[in-house]
Amino acid sequence: MSARQYLRCLAGILAREGLRFLHQRERFFGALVRPLVWLFIFAAGFRSVLGVSIIPPYETYILYEEYIVPGLAAMILLFSGMQSSLSMVYDRELGSMRLLMVSPFPRWYLLVCKLIAGAAVAAVQVYLFLVIAWYWGVQPPLIGYLLVLPALLLAALMLGALGLFLSSVIRQLENFAGVMNFVIFPMFFASSALYPLWRMRDSSSVLYEICRFNPFTWAVELIRFALYAQMNWPAFLGVTGALALFLTAAIYGYDPGRGQMRFKQGGG
Amino acid sequence: MSRDNARYQADVSGAGATCQVALDVAGVGFAYPGRQVLEDVSFAVPAGGFCVLLGINGAGKTTLFSLITRLFLCRTGSIRILGRELGRDGTRALAQLGVVFQQPTLDLDLSLRQNLRYHCALHGLAMNQMRPRIEDALAGVDLAERAGDKARELSGGQRRRLELARALLHRPRLLLADEPTVGLDVQSRQAIIAQVREGCRRDGVGVLWATHLVDEVEPADQVVVLHRGRVLHRDTAAQLLTDTATSSIHQAFNRLTGGAPP
Repeated sequence: MSARQYLRCLAGILAREGLRFLHQRERFFGALVRPLVWLFIFAAGFRSVLGVSIIPPYETYILYEEYIVPGLAAMILLFSGMQSSLSMVYDRELGSMRLLMVSPFPRWYLLVCKLIAGAAVAAVQVYLFLVIAWYWGVQPPLIGYLLVLPALLLAALMLGALGLFLSSVIRQLENFAGVMNFVIFPMFFASSALYPLWRMRDSSSVLYEICRFNPFTWAVELIRFALYAQMNWPAFLGVTGALALFLTAAIYGYDPGRGQMRFKQGGG
Repeated sequence: MSRDNARYQADVSGAGATCQVALDVAGVGFAYPGRQVLEDVSFAVPAGGFCVLLGINGAGKTTLFSLITRLFLCRTGSIRILGRELGRDGTRALAQLGVVFQQPTLDLDLSLRQNLRYHCALHGLAMNQMRPRIEDALAGVDLAERAGDKARELSGGQRRRLELARALLHRPRLLLADEPTVGLDVQSRQAIIAQVREGCRRDGVGVLWATHLVDEVEPADQVVVLHRGRVLHRDTAAQLLTDTATSSIHQAFNRLTGGAPP
């Protein structure tokens, strides 16, 4: 297989995921409505309760809406990554996952292509959200919209790889909902998405440490700093390390010989 | 490997000098936790030949397909596709393989053309290669006019025909079809099997056709009878009748399997 063939494979998977996303309008609106509800309603209601002091990357006092926008952007990536892996469990149960797996390209490459496609679709959703947030008054510097792209893609890859790993160890679709509750909500709430971590430290030092080492916190902070044209190296290293870990686990999980490649048994 | 299988392998190796083997399964075994599903399975599909893998539900056909397609790892025995060992040279081996799975694998939200393009991409085909092949494939299954329709708008038989056409898009030398006619009416079944026989004979594609429907077997076909994970017969259908002293495949199958309904 030549490099061109590898690229064609990636392009094909990207096109398929993009088309699926466009065809599933409910998924499109669902992905946008969730963060907008948080932005329009939750943030407005809690603006006065959850005041935010001046913390990097901000250089002045900001409204609560401004604080949670990066967290909500990361939330879109989190839900998108999990939804993508949910669709893999679904595909696996229906059989269409087999089509991908019998392609002559190495399995790790096919999984990475799936991840990249999922990350690209998620990034588009985030940009739509950021445009709406702009009209709501959350207006980071224009250069931030460009600089945030690699941060979004890296964070989306990391969260997608986590979902991919989960999909490799989950046998049935029904089990996935339970796991989601144990992954999405704890990850989201035990992070800096909705409140700065110093507030968490005031309440509980244990919880603070948990939040500090939550990969989702790193994703949120990477996006937050990039959106304001700054680099957060610890967050970058954290997200990259988590991506490497989750991706390795996912590839292991989908290895037919070593991992948990659990297609339904039976048939003839 | 049993003595019988060892002798069979010697036969296959000898034949390989003059006749290319599309698929060579040798001494393959597989177990799910606590349950042996395949034991010492050996057979070969000659290039351009039509081989029917006959067995009741639960015989191990789907598991065998999962091993041949590398969805499961083959730890016992070996599988060669066009001479390429699946464990060592999986990428090249899979490039020679077209597969129709028992479960439908079309993306129902995509159009027929988009489904075929996706398959071409998964095999690294260039746009100028894929366009004419897709148009030919759609025309070959009488679906050219519906190329832009979503796959979910097709009937069951049309979907299966499209899946068969898709499996051959990258011009494989071996086609695996795992019970592709299950759930279809008699007319659709006959149309599909005739299409595959004709197309594969013309293009020299070896076919492994798993089924539990004995009426899909023709006298000249190679027949591998798989029962409870073991091969009970591997030869032509005509030889199967001779060996079992019966007059129909149905009777022969019953005699071999002790009355298990096919």
